[in-house]
Amino acid sequence: MNGKIAFFGGIYNNYLALEAAIADAHGRDISQIYCLGDLGAFGPHPDRVFPLLIENGIQTVQGNYDHSIGHALEDCQCGYTDPRDNHFASLSYAYTLENTSPEYRHWMKQLPAEIRFTWQNRSVLLCHGSPRKTNEFLWESTTSTAFLERLADEQDADIILGTHTGLHWHRRLENDRHFINVGVLGRPENDGTTNVWYTVLSVEEEEKTQGNSSVSVEFIPVRYDYEKLAREMEAENIPEEFIETIRTGWWTTCLEILPAKERRAGKY
Amino acid sequence: MLLQPTVPMASLDELWFQVSGTLCNLKCEHCFISCSPVNDTFGYLSYERVMRMLKESVELGVKEYYFTGGEPFLNRELVPMIEQVLKVGPVTVLTNGTVLKADWLKRLQTAEQNSRYSLEFRVSIDGPTPEMNDPIRGERTFQRAINGVAMLCEYGFLPIITITRTWEENEEDAILDSFRAVLKEHGYHRPRLKVLPRLKMGGEEKRTEGYTPLERITPEMMEGFDVSQLLCNHSRVVTDRGVAVCPILIESESAQMGETLKESLVDFPLLEGACYTCYQYGSICANPSSKKVEA
Ligand code: SF4
Ligand code: SF4
Repeated sequence: MNGKIAFFGGIYNNYLALEAAIADAHGRDISQIYCLGDLGAFGPHPDRVFPLLIENGIQTVQGNYDHSIGHALEDCQCGYTDPRDNHFASLSYAYTLENTSPEYRHWMKQLPAEIRFTWQNRSVLLCHGSPRKTNEFLWESTTSTAFLERLADEQDADIILGTHTGLHWHRRLENDRHFINVGVLGRPENDGTTNVWYTVLSVEEEEKTQGNSSVSVEFIPVRYDYEKLAREMEAENIPEEFIETIRTGWWTTCLEILPAKERRAGKY
Repeated sequence: MLLQPTVPMASLDELWFQVSGTLCNLKCEHCFISCSPVNDTFGYLSYERVMRMLKESVELGVKEYYFTGGEPFLNRELVPMIEQVLKVGPVTVLTNGTVLKADWLKRLQTAEQNSRYSLEFRVSIDGPTPEMNDPIRGERTFQRAINGVAMLCEYGFLPIITITRTWEENEEDAILDSFRAVLKEHGYHRPRLKVLPRLKMGGEEKRTEGYTPLERITPEMMEGFDVSQLLCNHSRVVTDRGVAVCPILIESESAQMGETLKESLVDFPLLEGACYTCYQYGSICANPSSKKVEA
């Protein structure tokens, strides 16, 4: 594979952001798009996401949500620990389960837990939360570099990409190895802006790096019609708290799972 | 079939420092290792010792660090230790909040701002009123701990209030609600709470009851159980006597696992009553943000 590749994180039923991100990627000479899972939750009309992924040939990792919905389990396995967070998670899970057709549930069931390939002579590993556990949270402020080096050794991977936490970040490791959280398209990043994020990998021009190519990681903000999404969420009776996040860019739920630095960055 | 339930050591993710041993300025009735101003069963860790273990831990790829005691802030080298550890990983300090000093917090605030990692404080308070807290933790400890929380907030920290559950399950929501209200009154506007089960050991064994012989993990219970729920599957604790399996069992002879971290990375038999509490409640010592959850 050559050239630039793009990575989408959790979609959370936000098909409008997904459409916008696909269009944006098409304008950037991207050779392949991948999605790291968690297709449902939060937003309206789950079934509108799958045709976009399938028709655009987007290879997709199975997130914990997709595993749950695919197998019609009792909960989303998101891994929240707080009763209020779990309450809201269960509302959107029930809605998504009810509104996902059997055909797509079946499709989600067969998605792989990880995808590996070679790109620009580097081994790339796509997972959902962490390579060792689908729903493990790897936050930027609570994941040591030494741990990521060990993970890259154990997994024999040069570039590891995940999503799950909802916040994008990148850590450069030794020997041009990388750990990247690609962000999510499903909801904004708790920073008071309404856009969402995806990630593009490319290789730096050789002349800049004296013969050695090096990986470059770019986080791309995506603007989309969030007001339309918010109105559709209202029409579907999705909790006000979720709609507020879409309109304001501040998280109102899943807060207790955040470490100190990430929590402090938000409003609530 | 296994004769005894055993936990494998999967990977050393969290390293704990029993930095003030069993020394504490308080003498809480339910303290599971019976800490007090005079209990020196375990003593302070020296700065050099912590740095040595830190070096080994980085080689092993440790993800997060915890400081506990006793009361960690009784160790006069705690602040420089935290400053050093924050250079390589995230830090959580478990404190009773009653001995905090403004100039320490100022330094720690700067250290966290200069680090890419989080510095978390967990402050133990066992009820939303002095009437509920003080009989367990000691006279005036409620007010002193609340003052500590207010001081942490002043320096920009968002402490996690840890509360040992000494009430009935059906009272929980009401108690947590009044906790949030009290904390807000004292200037803590987005209180983070974590409820812990009682560990029926040490002081708590005398206060209420100990574990019955039947409260043990059996080999059958381990079948299909997600062992990553147990701290001892991915953590170790450094004490002034060496490396022990977990911060809960430090007093048990069998919990001592050697001098180096490397030596300590072996399977452990789950024979204690406390193991039964861990089995029931999951990684009770972990922060919410790093809790292992079943896949
Ligand atoms: S419970 Fe904590 S504060 Fe209380 S005596 Fe034990 S170590 Fe000290
Ligand atoms: S007390 Fe808990 S953490 Fe310690 S060895 Fe027993 S199960 Fe493991």
